[in-house]
Amino acid sequence: MSYKKPEEVTTPIELGGYDKSFLKLLLLRMVRAREFEEQLYYLFLTTKMPGTMHQATGQEAVAVGVASALRTDDYVTSTHRGHAHCIAKDVPLDVMMAEMFAKRNGVCKGMGGSMHLCDFSRGMLGAFGIVGAGIPIATGAALSSVVKGTTQVAVSFFGDGAINEGVFHESLNMAALWKLPVVYVIENNQYALSMSNDMVSAVTDLSSRGCSYGIPGVKADGNNVTAVYSAAKLAIEKARNGGGPTILECITYRIRGHARFEPAEYRNKAEVEEWEKFDPIKRFKEAALSGGFFSELELESIEKQVEEEIVSAVNFANSGEEVGAEDYLQYIFETASESAGNQ
Amino acid sequence: MRKLSISEALREAMVQEMRKNPNIILMGEDVGLFNGAFNVSNGMLNEFGPKRVWDTPISEAGFMGMGIGAALTGLRPIIEFQYADFMFCAMDQIVNEASKLRLMSGGQACVPIVMRAPQGSTGRAAQHSQSVEAYFMHTPGLFIALPSTPYDAKGLMTRAMRMNDPVMILEHKLLYGSASPGGGKALSDSTISEIGSDVPEEQYEIPFGKADIKRTGKDVTIIATLMMVHRSLAVAADLEKEGISCEVIDPRTLVPLDEDTLLSSAKKTNRVVVVSEDISRGGVTAELSALIMDKAFDYLDAPVVRIAADNTPIPFGPAAEKRVIPQIEDIKKAVYKVLED
Repeated sequence: MSYKKPEEVTTPIELGGYDKSFLKLLLLRMVRAREFEEQLYYLFLTTKMPGTMHQATGQEAVAVGVASALRTDDYVTSTHRGHAHCIAKDVPLDVMMAEMFAKRNGVCKGMGGSMHLCDFSRGMLGAFGIVGAGIPIATGAALSSVVKGTTQVAVSFFGDGAINEGVFHESLNMAALWKLPVVYVIENNQYALSMSNDMVSAVTDLSSRGCSYGIPGVKADGNNVTAVYSAAKLAIEKARNGGGPTILECITYRIRGHARFEPAEYRNKAEVEEWEKFDPIKRFKEAALSGGFFSELELESIEKQVEEEIVSAVNFANSGEEVGAEDYLQYIFETASESAGNQ
Repeated sequence: MRKLSISEALREAMVQEMRKNPNIILMGEDVGLFNGAFNVSNGMLNEFGPKRVWDTPISEAGFMGMGIGAALTGLRPIIEFQYADFMFCAMDQIVNEASKLRLMSGGQACVPIVMRAPQGSTGRAAQHSQSVEAYFMHTPGLFIALPSTPYDAKGLMTRAMRMNDPVMILEHKLLYGSASPGGGKALSDSTISEIGSDVPEEQYEIPFGKADIKRTGKDVTIIATLMMVHRSLAVAADLEKEGISCEVIDPRTLVPLDEDTLLSSAKKTNRVVVVSEDISRGGVTAELSALIMDKAFDYLDAPVVRIAADNTPIPFGPAAEKRVIPQIEDIKKAVYKVLED
């Protein structure tokens, strides 16, 4: 079992050439994703929150870099580790938090929880709890765009584990065959639960997985938000202009265990510590300060803004009504009477 | 009125609605160039072109998932599975995604997708002969229709394309009334009644959850779907000569199920036979007979008799296939049995 070392796969963070407001947005989205999950973790530890969750600590630059190159009406599918994708697509923190608390004011009315977050008003078609399941669904959203003649692009986020599912290959083939406007983002965090990629994949150069279908593969430093953004932007614009699909492999590292309370004892502490030094938020801030793009004070104010947003999201969640025992009846079918008739 | 076959009726339903609604697309294996393995989509590629009629690779999970993605983003896909057996390749997308998205999303997601698939035994052996309804009846969030006549096929299909939830239309290969390519006359059955083959040209809907009494009677209720409707009608015609009056009811949709019509017939005749081509264990007949025991027990003069396929993969040899699938004689014996007590 081996892993990719950060010094082998990371690239310097370039912040020049961007509007300051855009750089601020990138950082804001990353910090939101980080702090939202930190808050969830705390709430789980204090048993204030039901269910389970999967943290994307250290992977925020992938979600934010890609989603920041999308339009609001572009489509995204996400995974069981999906909070950051939602936040990067600007799903409000308050309704996300309320969903985590299984409240009626949650974004999915308390019916979905962490693994099924979605917000159709923002093109967020869903986090899918079945590994790989979102890949054909994003591909179908791209087909929709072709049939309707819109210029919308679909992005599917999935992990290194998902590329061994059959639907990955079936979708790639059809997307390439029909030149669909879709970008496949492999969020390579190097582990599928306990399996490092080399233990389960015959070919570990994941971006090359598209070559059977003639789909170009691009690699980016997944802990470098502007590197992800610029690679994603090229792929997305190419898709939008009829150039067909791209595979974008963002190499990152899963700092936490697979799910809450999973300590990941199958890997070395040293390996985790090594990757922690390449934390995407930390690196962004260092580059921002050393390049003179932001002052300490400005960075602090971003942290403070997010802190306030999180407090307000928790208050919003606390103020929500609990899901009623029979709420589900209205969501099985469009017509509640049809749902009730089938109990 | 005109007589149509089921495949013509399904096609007419699709074509008429597709002319009106540009968001409907058809996807599946060989549905375009080849006009569908059972000829149901004959001429549709020519009329609607490749952006409405998509010939897919052999990737059931992939194109089912794409249909869901298209449905979530404003289209109304019709997904044809070449054989119902092949739906199992797409099981995750059907069961975990299409059927659950509305609930998981708290009502945000709407998956207006119609899955069509031919099923039933026609001498094609175990992997092309199954009746799959029980697997999907067990899946909450999915509507299931089984048209036994051309009239029902057009009305149910038209309704299905206008619904905002996933619908599965299970069609019986022997009832299509048109041969599969190279199949010649193999796909006909002399016991298929002409009931419901008069089909209006204009569009009409048959609501889901509305059973149809195919023949009224007073001594025994026979509940049956698809091919078994026709075999039951043949039994009813035969038994009439012996003075036994059978009521034959086709639920037409298993989800939702028209409990009222089934139960009022059971309460009227006090004797019920349930017939289905899917296998007996954990199957449609188990569900329907449990319903009648639950809600009409006090009215029954005899235990419900169920007739279904044996609990076996469908064997190839014609004699064996015939033994496994309910035949007219089996249904007739069931009626005698339910009349014994």
